[in-house]
Amino acid sequence: MIGHEFSVVGTRRPRVDAGSQVTGRTVFADDIALPGMLVGRLLRSPHGHARIIRIDATRARSLEGVAAVLTGTDLPVAYGILPVSQDEHTLAVDRVRYIGEPVAAVAAVDADTAARALELIEVEYTPLEETTTLWEAAEARHLIHGEGVGPNIHRSAALEFGDVAAGFEEADHVREDLYDFRGSTHAALEQHSAVAAHGPDGRLTIWSSTQVPHYLQRALEKVLEMPAGAIRVVATPVGGGFGGKTDPFSHEIAAARLSIETGRPVKITLTREEVFYTHRGRHPVLIWLRTGFRKDGTITAMHLRTHLDGGAFGSYGAATLYYTGALQPATYRIPNYKFEGVRGFTNKPPCGPKRGHGTPQPRFAVECQLDAAAGDLGLDPVTIRMRNLVEPYSMTVNHLRITSCGLRECLDEAVAASGFREKHGNLPHGRGIGLAVGAYLSGAGLPIYFNDMPQSEVTIKVDRGGGVTVFSMAADVGQGSTSMLATVVGEVLGLDPAALAVVTADTDLTPVDLGSYSSRVTFMAGNAALQAAENVRSRVFEAVADELGTTAEVLVAEDGRISVEGAPDKSMSWEEAVRAAVARGGPLMGSGAYRAPDLAGPYKGSGVGISPAYSFSVAVVEVECDADTGQVQVDRVWLAHDVGRALNPLLVEGQIEGGVYMGLGEALMEEQAFRGALHRGPSLLDYKMPTFLDMPPVESILIESVDPEGPFGAKEVGQGPLLPVIPAVANAIHDALGVRIDEVPITPDKVVRALRDLAKGGSGRVGPDGIPAFDYGRLIRVDPPEGFGR
Amino acid sequence: MIDQVQTLSVNGQKHHLVVSDHRTLLEVLREDLRLTGTKHGCELGECGACTVLVDGTPVLSCLTLIGSVAGRAIQTVEGLESDGVLHPLQESFARLGAAQCGYCTPGMLMAAAALLESVPDPSTEEIRDALSGNLCRCTGYAKILEAVRQAAGGAP
Repeated sequence: MIGHEFSVVGTRRPRVDAGSQVTGRTVFADDIALPGMLVGRLLRSPHGHARIIRIDATRARSLEGVAAVLTGTDLPVAYGILPVSQDEHTLAVDRVRYIGEPVAAVAAVDADTAARALELIEVEYTPLEETTTLWEAAEARHLIHGEGVGPNIHRSAALEFGDVAAGFEEADHVREDLYDFRGSTHAALEQHSAVAAHGPDGRLTIWSSTQVPHYLQRALEKVLEMPAGAIRVVATPVGGGFGGKTDPFSHEIAAARLSIETGRPVKITLTREEVFYTHRGRHPVLIWLRTGFRKDGTITAMHLRTHLDGGAFGSYGAATLYYTGALQPATYRIPNYKFEGVRGFTNKPPCGPKRGHGTPQPRFAVECQLDAAAGDLGLDPVTIRMRNLVEPYSMTVNHLRITSCGLRECLDEAVAASGFREKHGNLPHGRGIGLAVGAYLSGAGLPIYFNDMPQSEVTIKVDRGGGVTVFSMAADVGQGSTSMLATVVGEVLGLDPAALAVVTADTDLTPVDLGSYSSRVTFMAGNAALQAAENVRSRVFEAVADELGTTAEVLVAEDGRISVEGAPDKSMSWEEAVRAAVARGGPLMGSGAYRAPDLAGPYKGSGVGISPAYSFSVAVVEVECDADTGQVQVDRVWLAHDVGRALNPLLVEGQIEGGVYMGLGEALMEEQAFRGALHRGPSLLDYKMPTFLDMPPVESILIESVDPEGPFGAKEVGQGPLLPVIPAVANAIHDALGVRIDEVPITPDKVVRALRDLAKGGSGRVGPDGIPAFDYGRLIRVDPPEGFGR
Repeated sequence: MIDQVQTLSVNGQKHHLVVSDHRTLLEVLREDLRLTGTKHGCELGECGACTVLVDGTPVLSCLTLIGSVAGRAIQTVEGLESDGVLHPLQESFARLGAAQCGYCTPGMLMAAAALLESVPDPSTEEIRDALSGNLCRCTGYAKILEAVRQAAGGAP
């Protein structure tokens, strides 16, 4: 159908669930109430690092209204999202490793009783010395746990592609800079919630606000030691995810176990404070970056070091570490590239994946350094990027396969729309404009656990009345995956997407999709849906061809009819056609599956960063800064994004606007900050995020490079647009005031400090001034891929 | 905790309930009346997700003790439609993609509805001001702004 004019794809349509959303009918996890349901709560550690000497729940158990109390030894099996990081327990066993770590769980008749029961649980701790910074972790004085590759070292990596030393030899100019990206958190508006119900039939059902029902089912199977087939996970509509609901969590497993113990449904909804401790947000990363340039701005070599503060557990961190090194060559042709990185454990809530997963931090560094290098070389920020842009359909030095790539078009259009060339360097003092680019995956190339099955499966069932139901485990986290499935199937079958039923994210009912992470759903579930719909359509076309005395090849499906192309009088209604197909072949069903091609390069760590396609983005940000207060106001953002093809431009724009919003928050105010091991302000008042008043207008520019493997050519949009926003803000501030803030978030105090330094004749830079020395382990040298010319 | 009989008027319907006076309007709406359209994001008055109207004025139901609203007219998102017809805000929010995950949407709708009652043709600044107490993490507020404008009769 590519080439045929689309009837659904490319049209602006409301979400298929918009009606429920605006009437308050959407049922989120905490909205569920079952007969006899108990309220569960978790007791959390007040210590950053302590030995548990004694837990006595006797008094809590004897409180009237308490149905069950669990402690660590009740759930002894360790788990974790990655097979290589099985280091978490539902409830702490022997030791607590961060303030807020779950220690005990209760189920009671109501919330007041549950809260009282938590107070009655006696826990005796012996505090241990806390490790709360990367510097301390690197010094390895106090062991947090025995996991990882060294004392307090979770993982390290050392990779060299090409010959970096030779590359630096060729350089006319070398820059070496340090950057600090402080961590932030997702702060989705919906607090995590799970309802578990274990029935007399021995089956467990759990409704949870999770982005990954399949992985949650696997974790429950392991920890509860139950067959997966006896566990039904239903991901309720997720009230904001951004990566924060992508791990299996204590509250989910505890609710399940409490329900098994009591025989009654149990709901655990986290408080906002608990959500801050649950975290899994953006890793704080300290970055050292050395890049060599020719006089004309061409990059000859890049050497990147990243130090990640991982918090107390692994979570996705082994992948995050490699992600910090993976995508720099996806935007720029870097002929020689070296990446060294380490992730340390600290006594703080575990970090994990947040929108952009490990890539916004180095992207901030690379884009700020390119801006500075352009200044050094007398080039402008557009030219230096144009000199180095990656080519469509090329291999990168680290063996990423680039296919469709509209990065050049993104840059051209964002620069033209914003008037960047006219404004840069020419706005009055205090006003500035900045630019940056980025790239992101359309789905991780590999599943989290090794297997040779599809990464996404979709089935479609058509009833005799013509009603179409699409089944997919993809969880709608607000990104509109349910609407995407309806759009793809509606396009193939010639039906209104709003008229389709879409059943999602239910392990009993829907075939596997790995989950809503790594921007994989449009590409992978979209392709599976496309194939499933084509299978249904070919059954229908065969029947119609038979009825009309023609061949299937000449038929088209559009507007609820199957017709001979160019002869609309020779046609059948969809409903008649379905009945004809059922009469001939029985139940009308179709299935489809997607598995990414094998793209891994010839080295350990090459599984991270590969993707069947990459999106590309360019951000231009215009700011107005108050030189007295250091306050930065963003006036306007232009964001050009290569989405392959916009299946529904309305929803694509929404993702761009949301990505810009989250990027601006991280650039200017959001920080998951600690005083020692203690969170500085686990509330939405203390954790500053942009309100309506902080948000500037956003001009979205959609670039359609039509990916050859994407469904109708589509690629991702959920994460990519965030990436260039943060460095574009930093670069705009430099243009406005002449200061370089090499540390995110760029709060007013840092701007003022930089201005004072500048006034005293300093460089006007605020940022880190050192990085601890570290042994990154054995360097793996990798030859560039064949055909990677120099 | 003292249990009291309270008479609540919610979306035009009267309810006689025995509730403890320390409970919040949010809890009573969601747990006793099962009107779960009203959401919560913090229970500390920080996010605006629990916004409902009391006598036409937006209030944070998580900070409102039940005794203080007895006999007053409470309106929630479930009462925004009339006779099965969506409120213009509901229609424009749906049509323009102003809801992504949809979790902040009920509170946002109620705050916007109160604005349009008092200022039928608000300026951009008035809309931003009126909704500045309602956090949204998905949309960047862009499509919400447009939806309120259009519901107020602005050109599409």
